[in-house]
Amino acid sequence: MWRAGTVVALRDETPTARTITLEVPDWPGHLAGQHVDVRLTAPDGYSAVRSYSIASAPNSERHVQITVERMPEGEVSPYLTQEVVAGDRLELRGPIGGWFVWRSEQTEPIQLIAGGSGIVPLMAMVRSRVVAGSTALFRLLYSVREPGGVFYRDELRALAERDRSVMVTYAYTRSIPKGWPRPPGRIDAELIAHTAWPSNVEATCYICGPTPFVESVADLLIALGRDRDKIKTERFGPTGGPK
Amino acid sequence: MSVISRGFSGRRTAENANLPPGQYLTTDFPVLSAGPTPHIPLDRWEFTIRDENNGLLRRWDWKSFRELPTESPTVDLHCVTRWSKLGTTWEGVSLDTLLAGTQTDASYVMAHSYGDYTTNLPLDDLKNGKAWIVFRFDGKDLEPEHGGPARLLVPHLYLWKSAKWIRGLQLMRQDKPGFWEGLGYHIYGDPWREQRYSSDK
Repeated sequence: MWRAGTVVALRDETPTARTITLEVPDWPGHLAGQHVDVRLTAPDGYSAVRSYSIASAPNSERHVQITVERMPEGEVSPYLTQEVVAGDRLELRGPIGGWFVWRSEQTEPIQLIAGGSGIVPLMAMVRSRVVAGSTALFRLLYSVREPGGVFYRDELRALAERDRSVMVTYAYTRSIPKGWPRPPGRIDAELIAHTAWPSNVEATCYICGPTPFVESVADLLIALGRDRDKIKTERFGPTGGPK
Repeated sequence: MSVISRGFSGRRTAENANLPPGQYLTTDFPVLSAGPTPHIPLDRWEFTIRDENNGLLRRWDWKSFRELPTESPTVDLHCVTRWSKLGTTWEGVSLDTLLAGTQTDASYVMAHSYGDYTTNLPLDDLKNGKAWIVFRFDGKDLEPEHGGPARLLVPHLYLWKSAKWIRGLQLMRQDKPGFWEGLGYHIYGDPWREQRYSSDK
């Protein structure tokens, strides 16, 4: 079943990523980590559908937020990041997916690990924790190419300052902010050992990002003794070779 | 009644009769899986067929499996996340070969994988040249992230039915949802009828 939503707000997260807030009057609610299908239809009836993770926590205003990264060769993302204006209507189907989700009944410590735009469903979990008044301890390890590529920067900073039970660590892979203690580089065993929940905490891990990122981080976690049954993954994009 | 997207015309590719509704072509090979990729040493690999009561009917280790006659199907892949990849080449053993001599009244199977993934299929969908256990893709050994050492290949259904890291089939009298089927995805998953989610007909 397709539902029409009205665009009520737009915000650029980075030069290539935009958050779209939709008001969907008959939205049935969702869980953090679920996604929606978004359908665009041309005047002659041609349509294209893509899936996007929901960025927002469930809320009473029937608002649904997605953050879309523009793919240069994409069909739907250039339209969503460049053409859409407030007041436009978009069609949605969902929410979809019942595996890569965080439920507010979960009380165990949570380890979130994001690669690039893989932060989106994990941000929905961080936000849901706040909305639900959960006291579960969260750690977020967020790998991003450069400081300018961080999504939700101010919100994450404010949250970490306000609430000690959410710890945010950045791993910059290409360039670092001035005075940053760690040289640019991918998430490695040392960074996990210093910033992630240790194995004996038995945290549930959610990893989301491009396929090679998820493969590498999941393998690292297992090599460091994490229980594979407590690791949930969501991958996107091709399995590239070495880049 | 669709909402028209102001100013949208799309990036249309030429009509392709091999592309099911709602799919787009890709030349990449994206990956969809729910957890860490299992790495299974060949000396510990096995493939079994079990009856409704979990009784062992057939078992192969890697050596005996690789002694079976193989086929080299060229097939189109359709993922529920909407990408399709046409004309992929594989090497594997036909399920007709593996099921030969198995007498059963069961109409369904549950495919079980290393890493505990499951997916359900009608037994008939595995017969008559429609399904294989494949171990080579595009002339090379199948990479772990794509399901190696061996995966099920049932190309006429959405790709989540082609269980990666396959370790066995269990026969079932009645259909029962597997992993994704229990999480909102369609019980059968025919791309030509666009059976993506459980609410699709």
